[in-house]
Amino acid sequence: MRRSLFPRLGLLLGLLFLWLPVLLLAGYAFSDARIPFQWGGFSWRWFVALAGNERLLAAAWLSLRVAASAATLAVVLGGCIGWVLARQGPFRGRPLFGALAGAPLVLPDVVTGLSLLLFFVLLEGATGWPAERGATTILLAHATIGGAYAAVLVQARLATLERELEEAARDLGAGPATTFATITLPLLAPSLVAGWLLAFTLSLDDVVVASFVSGPAGTTLPMVVFSMLRLGLTPEINALAVVILLLALTSAGGALLLLRGVLGRR
Amino acid sequence: MRRLPLLVPVLWLGLLVAVPLLVVLVLSVSWPAEGVPPFNLPGVAGLNGDSFALVLGDPYYRAAFLKALVVAGATAGLCLLLAFPMALGLVRAAAAWRAPLLLLVLLPFWTGFLPRLGAWIGLLRDEGWINHLLQAWGFIETPLPLLYSWPALFLGMVHAYLPFAVLPLYASLSRLDPVLEEAAADLGAGGFTVFRTITLPLAAPGAAAAFLLVFIPAAGEYVIPELLGPPSAQVVGRVLWQEFFQNRDWPTAAALAVLLLLALLIPIHLFQRLEARS
Repeated sequence: MRRSLFPRLGLLLGLLFLWLPVLLLAGYAFSDARIPFQWGGFSWRWFVALAGNERLLAAAWLSLRVAASAATLAVVLGGCIGWVLARQGPFRGRPLFGALAGAPLVLPDVVTGLSLLLFFVLLEGATGWPAERGATTILLAHATIGGAYAAVLVQARLATLERELEEAARDLGAGPATTFATITLPLLAPSLVAGWLLAFTLSLDDVVVASFVSGPAGTTLPMVVFSMLRLGLTPEINALAVVILLLALTSAGGALLLLRGVLGRR
Repeated sequence: MRRLPLLVPVLWLGLLVAVPLLVVLVLSVSWPAEGVPPFNLPGVAGLNGDSFALVLGDPYYRAAFLKALVVAGATAGLCLLLAFPMALGLVRAAAAWRAPLLLLVLLPFWTGFLPRLGAWIGLLRDEGWINHLLQAWGFIETPLPLLYSWPALFLGMVHAYLPFAVLPLYASLSRLDPVLEEAAADLGAGGFTVFRTITLPLAAPGAAAAFLLVFIPAAGEYVIPELLGPPSAQVVGRVLWQEFFQNRDWPTAAALAVLLLLALLIPIHLFQRLEARS
């Protein structure tokens, strides 16, 4: 029973299902043919075309900036939320706080996007800000969503963290700030890094919320790719997928090494 | 100083989560108007119940909710069927293989949602890979209409959400003590009986979490039905998008959002209870 073939076959088929379309897409990015997914000999031409596509490049640059700043904000916000949930103890309104902290995880994208847009519109009507929706509004939306995910990671880490280490530091005369900086923060580092990467990825991947809260000034990479895909697939998207795939592999690999380094130092 | 970590998230969550949700509620009973923005708040004119009356009364909107729930349920069910043997395979893999295999399951989540949908478009469309192969081998003369169909929609949905289903199942199966299965086998139970009487009941909470983790986001999905589905796949996410972006009927879009949230309250509550227990 233990050596039954069924789970292994299931895993193999599942992985094949997950990876085959992506690998085919990546492979055909190097095809000279004008039609995606047809082989016309090896060629770099779609990568060259990609590098010359200014609309895509501008959108990619905006997306990277928004994703990096949103992820950084998300880690600070998520760190605070996780801290409150794990360490604050009971306070008035805690159930409501927990529900609000978890809401971005379970709200459908269309609801999150619509609610934030309507909020920004009413805010503009009342205060004049934000006069133009774009990078800033997308950043705020993505930091809110990413923060909710980072909070889960931080809270889980804080819950399993041994309080003895912090108490020992306090007993040896370290102040709360020193204890936090030299004990708690290094122990939290893996979940903060993981939270940053998760928020970064979620931001780079989001079409729906960004489409709602953005204006004519802010077009992110996923918004451009989505409008291209609506008209059908082009070989340039194949090439773009290869670039994203390589970025994802290096960032996942880097995260693993980093986490191993952080954990290995202990 | 000690209040700062409480003050920052309270302000942030209040402003960017609680207030926007209240705003949606207010908008759903507002009056549509010509102009920018295209609505008048319920002030002197009172509340406007037309949007809810429209969405609840018109068969088109009612069908959108039904389709979304059926699509989400079927997607979650299919994901569960595929994820169970995958999670079982992961748990029973040699220890050295487990982490890399788990990474292989999760990495597609990291490689971009849109490129993966692009891959399915390239495989399924009329001049796509599958039709090209079938024609080259002489099975068909004219291309099959694979893209923009219900099967294409489900392929895309299951492909996108499968990793979400594997994770909770893997977590609950890896906590399962193999001694229990061995004991059942020693007492003469066959492979299937062990699975049915030991493995399956003990993995049930994980399976429920996996189902809900797929069902909840799938119910509001917009992008996949839009890119892969047939025109008849007017699920609620797509209808809401059209009301907002094409018809510029913001109160109706807000009423749809409120009702979608109400429909998801029970699954969300169930999911949070499962999470709290584990």
